[in-house]
Amino acid sequence: MLGPQSSLVMYDEEYQRILLLLERLLRESNSKVIFLVDKNGQLIAATGETANLDTTSLASLTAGNIAATGGLAKLIGEKEFSILFHEGEKDNIHISIIGGRVILVVIFDQRSSLGLVRLRVKKASNELAIVFEDLVNKTEQEAISSSVPSPFAEITDDDIDNLFN
Amino acid sequence: MSFINYASREINCKIVYYGPGLCGKTTNLQFIYNKTAEESKGKMISLATETERTLFFDFLPLALGEIRGFKTRFHLYTVPGQVFYDASRKLILKGVDGVVFVADSQEERFDANIESLENLKDNLDEQGFDLEKIPFVIQYNKRDLPNVSSVEELSELLNPRKVPELEGCAMSGEGVFETLKAVAKLVLNDLKKDG
Ligand SMILES: Nc1nc2c(ncn2[C@@H]2O[C@H](COP(=O)(O)OP(=O)(O)OP(=O)(O)O)[C@@H](O)[C@H]2O)c(=O)[nH]1
Ligand SMILES: [Mg+2]
Repeated sequence: MLGPQSSLVMYDEEYQRILLLLERLLRESNSKVIFLVDKNGQLIAATGETANLDTTSLASLTAGNIAATGGLAKLIGEKEFSILFHEGEKDNIHISIIGGRVILVVIFDQRSSLGLVRLRVKKASNELAIVFEDLVNKTEQEAISSSVPSPFAEITDDDIDNLFN
Repeated sequence: MSFINYASREINCKIVYYGPGLCGKTTNLQFIYNKTAEESKGKMISLATETERTLFFDFLPLALGEIRGFKTRFHLYTVPGQVFYDASRKLILKGVDGVVFVADSQEERFDANIESLENLKDNLDEQGFDLEKIPFVIQYNKRDLPNVSSVEELSELLNPRKVPELEGCAMSGEGVFETLKAVAKLVLNDLKKDG
């Protein structure tokens, strides 16, 4: 598992694997939207009816939600609540933690059910966890071999100044 | 803890505004939000009490432009400054890439600044971060008020390490972008080191 301070790095290959898994989960669970968020609130991937959805805000609030309930869990001597469920009038949100580090969010309505979502999420979680393990290994290897030079190795002050113009 | 995404060619960094209650953290973000072009910003989220004190955090996502073909996104957060919200402050610090300490320059807030800075050190420590090592800048805010301590005095007390320090008036926006730029610079330069 990734330590709290190592950067999360996403490569094309793993990103495609993740997307495929999310798309399959979307179909098999009959849900509306699925997204993956880093525990620090950064959106990793999203699929489904995302067009009218502010996914950046959703990602940040989801992470805040997980962080807050994680704090609650600690206070009562639990490790973490690994599944959260919010029931709305039309839409429901199912939130679960994968591999201790990544948050999977499934939004669904009456076309699906909590039971179905639970079942499909469980299966997908295991597969997603494997991809993230691969990702960690790959990141570590790249760091050691550094065959691929970091695109940021040559950032200049000018590059940074330009960002603010 | 930045997030480098080679698939979408994006880099995400998290910056946290810290400081005592009412020092002007939320005001900093509001000014940035108001002055940033529509296409470069997302929604600003404020989880606040009815009296507009930050309850959990403010969040403002910025997309600043490209560096070496990578879109750079900064996620700005503020913590709640009131002492009793310490548990929330710890949560917000998770995965931080850079910290802005907003000091309240008013004389009567002198002790509150020290206490908050100590609290920042402790909370970073708990997360395995060292304030001496992470990208860190200080803003002396509310310079427009009459009852302020001198910058020398504040600096001596709050900034022994001599990290970048700036004077500010978050209400009128003075020093606000300069502060953001200073911390962004340190964060991006840090990436260079890791890379
Ligand atoms: N005079 C003056 N007032 C300021 C300045 N910056 C902020 N304020 C005022 O100070 C008050 C508190 O500002 P906030 O930005 O809400 O403070 P905060 O640090 O977010 O406070 P918490 O959320 O409780 O931690 C508001 O009334 C602001 O208008 C400044 O530079 N000068
Ligand atoms: Mg505030």
